[in-house]
Amino acid sequence: MSERLLDVFTSNGLITAFAAVGLLMLICNLVSTHLTAGRIHGSAIAIAAGLVLSYIGGLTTGGEDGLADIALFSGLGLMGGSMLRDFAIVATAFGVDVGELRKAGLNGVVALFAGLGVPFVLGGVVAYLFGYTDPVAVTTIGAGAATYIVGPVTGSAIGAGSDLIALSIAIGLVKSISVMIITPAIARTISLNNPSAALVFGGMMGTTSGVAGGLAATDPRLVPYGAMTATFYTGLGCLLGPSLFYLIVRALLGG
Amino acid sequence: MIIYGVALLAACMLAGNVIGELIGAAIGVDSNVGGVGLAMLLLVFVVYRLQQNGRLDLSSRRGVEFWSSLYIPIVVAMAASQNVVGAVTGGPVAVVGGLLVVAVSFALVPVIARLGAGKYAVPLDELESAQNKESHDE
Repeated sequence: MSERLLDVFTSNGLITAFAAVGLLMLICNLVSTHLTAGRIHGSAIAIAAGLVLSYIGGLTTGGEDGLADIALFSGLGLMGGSMLRDFAIVATAFGVDVGELRKAGLNGVVALFAGLGVPFVLGGVVAYLFGYTDPVAVTTIGAGAATYIVGPVTGSAIGAGSDLIALSIAIGLVKSISVMIITPAIARTISLNNPSAALVFGGMMGTTSGVAGGLAATDPRLVPYGAMTATFYTGLGCLLGPSLFYLIVRALLGG
Repeated sequence: MIIYGVALLAACMLAGNVIGELIGAAIGVDSNVGGVGLAMLLLVFVVYRLQQNGRLDLSSRRGVEFWSSLYIPIVVAMAASQNVVGAVTGGPVAVVGGLLVVAVSFALVPVIARLGAGKYAVPLDELESAQNKESHDE
């Protein structure tokens, strides 16, 4: 009997994944509101929880697909696989308003390129210093230091393994959460009190959830400006990560 | 119709990936070069043109917005299906790299914001006084 009931979930894997992720996000949003006073976004907590569950799944099954190796949650592999992931990421570009983006002007463009250059270079160098000398690994970790989206998208484009992709999500998550927490504390110091600075800030940090969370805690009226350049950053990062950045790293490290 | 929006999104993603494959083949890399990024830029451009011509109705927009709002849940599912056990040895890289990048990026924000401070660089009213103003208006 119990096998028959379990079969309902396993044969509807993707649907089970929707329900499971929804439940997880509900719990994480409650944690965000009640335990962190909204300071850390529910989404960041949920991604961290996803990584922890993946770890537990990996320990339990000895497999390489985290929680998705447990039959009940196999649908997570489809839901979080590259097809639906890329589809949803492309859809976020819908929020970019070209007219508003023009307001960002020259410093917005400079911020976007500097904002991508800093994590690519520093993330790549840190990876190298920690002993990752393979170009694919350095590129994936450097791209993860841009955002937890640019990392996995870049990694799967250039054929990185799942462990590297998990690492690039983790480094992007460290960035996202620290941006959320630090932004309201130092907003005054960096003159983050006007739309222009918010556009630059979004282009510089790039992590959409970190920027939105940090600005919401600083001054909610700045969120749309920062979130827009951050979304654009994701698109540009997914474009430059597996192309220009990978080619430079490969030229430097050989292989 | 909602499917128009979904189909537009799908078309952009496929076109981006086709161009990405072509670029990859052209420069001799055995991977899709920037397909997702190209697809995003394509969507921004197409949506902008359609909106200018008033050819994007509300229900078509909903088709795209639905997928856009599933983005975080899908990232959560992605995080939950990775080889985290294999990545744990690299934990220090994540923390050191993440924090270093954030510190340098924060330091650069005021530098770049000052470059060409235009008409949008005027500080907003203090939040409290702005709220007071709104309540007076009511």
